[in-house]
Amino acid sequence: MSADVAMNPQRRGPEEEAYEERAFGFWLYLMTDAIIFALLFATYVVMAPNIASAPAPKSLFDLWHTAGETALLLVSSLTFGVATISMIQGKKGQVLLWLAVTFVLGAGFVAMEIMEFAGMIAAGAGPGGSGSLSAFFTLVGTHGLHVSLGLVWIIILGLQVAVKGLTMPVTSRLFRLGLFWHFLDIVWIGIFSVVYLPGIM
Amino acid sequence: MLGRLTIDALPFYSWIAMGGAGVTVLGGVVIFVLLTWFKKWGYFWSEWLTSLDHKRIGVMYIALALLMLVRGFVDALMMRSQQAFAYDSGGYLPAGHFDQVFSSHGTIMIFFMAMPFMTGLFNLIVPQQIGTRDVAFPFMNSLSLWFTSSGAGLVLVSLVIGKFSTAGWTGYPPYSGLEYSPGVGVDYWLWAVLISGIGSTLTGINFIVTILKRRAPGMTLLRMPLFTWTVLVSSVLMAFAFPALTVATGLLALDRYLDMHFFTNADGGNMMNFISLLWIWGHPEVYILILPAFGVFSEVVATFSRKALFGYKSLVFATAAIGILSFSVWLHHFFTMGAGANVNAIFGIATMIIGVPTGVKVFDWLFTMYRGRITFDPTMYWTIGFIVTFVIGGVTGVLLAIPPVDYLMHNTTFLVAHFHNMIIPGVLFGYVAGLIYWFPKAIGFQLSAKWGIRAFWCWIIGFYLAFMPLYFLGLLGMPRRMERYEIAAWQPYLIIAAIGAAVILAGVVCMAMQLLVGIKEREKTRDLSGDPFNGRTLEWLTSSPAAPYNFAVIPKVDSLDAFWKMKVDGTAYQRPSGYTDIVMPRNSSLGVIAGAFSFVLGFAMIWYIWWLAALSLLVIGIVVVVRSSMENTDYVITADEVAAIEEQRFNDLARVPRHDTGDPAASPQAAPAPGSAS
Repeated sequence: MSADVAMNPQRRGPEEEAYEERAFGFWLYLMTDAIIFALLFATYVVMAPNIASAPAPKSLFDLWHTAGETALLLVSSLTFGVATISMIQGKKGQVLLWLAVTFVLGAGFVAMEIMEFAGMIAAGAGPGGSGSLSAFFTLVGTHGLHVSLGLVWIIILGLQVAVKGLTMPVTSRLFRLGLFWHFLDIVWIGIFSVVYLPGIM
Repeated sequence: MLGRLTIDALPFYSWIAMGGAGVTVLGGVVIFVLLTWFKKWGYFWSEWLTSLDHKRIGVMYIALALLMLVRGFVDALMMRSQQAFAYDSGGYLPAGHFDQVFSSHGTIMIFFMAMPFMTGLFNLIVPQQIGTRDVAFPFMNSLSLWFTSSGAGLVLVSLVIGKFSTAGWTGYPPYSGLEYSPGVGVDYWLWAVLISGIGSTLTGINFIVTILKRRAPGMTLLRMPLFTWTVLVSSVLMAFAFPALTVATGLLALDRYLDMHFFTNADGGNMMNFISLLWIWGHPEVYILILPAFGVFSEVVATFSRKALFGYKSLVFATAAIGILSFSVWLHHFFTMGAGANVNAIFGIATMIIGVPTGVKVFDWLFTMYRGRITFDPTMYWTIGFIVTFVIGGVTGVLLAIPPVDYLMHNTTFLVAHFHNMIIPGVLFGYVAGLIYWFPKAIGFQLSAKWGIRAFWCWIIGFYLAFMPLYFLGLLGMPRRMERYEIAAWQPYLIIAAIGAAVILAGVVCMAMQLLVGIKEREKTRDLSGDPFNGRTLEWLTSSPAAPYNFAVIPKVDSLDAFWKMKVDGTAYQRPSGYTDIVMPRNSSLGVIAGAFSFVLGFAMIWYIWWLAALSLLVIGIVVVVRSSMENTDYVITADEVAAIEEQRFNDLARVPRHDTGDPAASPQAAPAPGSAS
């Protein structure tokens, strides 16, 4: 299941088992996070019509902006995949390169999201405007916060790869970061389909 | 600099609040002085606070739970005495203070008594019961403990600095929103619940991985002891339900801090969302708490009836079924809030269906006792007391599950009586039984049985006196949470209820005596065998208290009740041919530090001290990064050290007689009970 086992199909000592446990534990953590997002989605769907006297979030969406964000995030998932392949091949330089590319794309996504939020607040549609806007900013913002934490994590693991090399503990951490990063992609697809598409279409 | 924290935060508003604050501060000072006087800070820090040993973490969880039990119980005494006197008068508690008391009573008993008590039992027993050396994530375990403690600390501090919430333990908006509760009370509640809730989510993940990945070789899922099964289901529920609590309280915090409109009256808020989210967590929470207690009862009944558990598989399936069903009933907490007849009917039926697997369990326990060779240990008293009382609570629960009946009785003391009728016998009795049962395993000697039985009788008599009148009062229409009333007919019942609370107080005193007398007589009851009760499951194979590594050699399992089979086969205490080095996690202060700063973070957020909040968040982040970057977190116990410890162990074992393992069900006088698990 884990990259560690894939790398060492012959040997499965207690160390490997510990990494497998960590991978399993991390999957469980992602499930708990998925529940948080599921409930935020449900809250958004229930509250989206509650626009009170504020502008409806739907009227503020811009197809091209959202498309740009989506492209950045999806491509960053791809580049992270390339980093993982380089990791399995044991190419340290390549791993660092692709992590850097992933970081730049992810940072671009966060920057675009901040621009979008700033624009909405400037247009008088801040998170305090209505129940609908509160739910929008919380759902999308929680995802953005996760991406930002992922960026910090990429820096930390990039440093670890550079200093410690592709040791077993480091590759196992990188594997879990990969799970996290791809998970955020899936959540974004949900946000795109549930929040932005119904607004734009 | 200090946000909204001013000198007015001190409890000068009421003598009673000042008294409570005084006791809290005095307690802290006494502990501080004692530790300093006996020069125990170093020992306490290096042996306990920083320990990653699951057994020590378990003991600390239970110590926290017992402390908070006393605190929460004092709240209960205050409410009962207030209501006994408050007919046509103000009683002795001002209204706002009474509201704080009932809010903190509920919050403490659920989050800071029951949850840590349960997690403590998980930690003490599960790794030993499944034949492993530790939980999957020992550091995360320490983190969970200190997050829970920091939440408890916030509730305790609220008594001294500022006020606690007046919005009840469920904190329903819009009352808990900024508009109606602008003070710090709701914020204390929010941060205590949020921080400890994260600890609980982590605990859930930890025990799912531990149980699924770390069982001894040969222990298939259907050879797991029932307590482990209930912990597994309960942990799954924790991992799936606690995120809902995080969302509910998180969104309420956004309303309060960032002026959002999730649950406000105006501007597009929808307070029903909070109630729905809260109970998506809250109903499974009931089963999170109760299932491990069912696990304890199952172990106790089997051990003290000297029989294999009747219908083991049906108990496992019933546990799993309850776990799944627990997510399908949350709406019964708001039948009267306008969901419509069809929705109410569906959730009413779903609620009643949960009674079926629960009934299966009750019969399994009864059939286990049937023709068993029962020993009336104090744990058996608690178990039998539980079965009788819990059935009564179940019946009143089915009544409340009928929506039209619920319309009549919701928010009356009938409801209060019902849920105490479930939670006191179903949760507290179970944990107390578990504590008495596993106390020798954790500490090395037994508690006083005499005082244990006295404690039981006080508790059960006190329970009936305190809560049966509340059923009648509910039928008479008395709403819950009243600090005064004008109806003379209510007072006699409330006086009886107050007397009941006093009898329970005697029970609490007996429990303290049980511990003190146990300590005094510890030489007489010291447990050298590691198996004082002739147990059936693997935790009794280790010494009492177990060595840091639990098992010098990981046991192999080939049946249910693995340890019992070993004893019958005569393989239980064989010397292994040799020992190997054992790798164990080293102590770490990072968990305590993260916990301490989560307390500071909560406190700073409550008082709007933004710089301190940012600083403590940064420290917690650094702790997490540092710990997750560490490679050498283990130490090695060499084979020689293991051999020395085990040599001592075998010397102890040689000094104690072996238990009789004749099976009463297999003897010719008693026919085997139909369908009993082999």
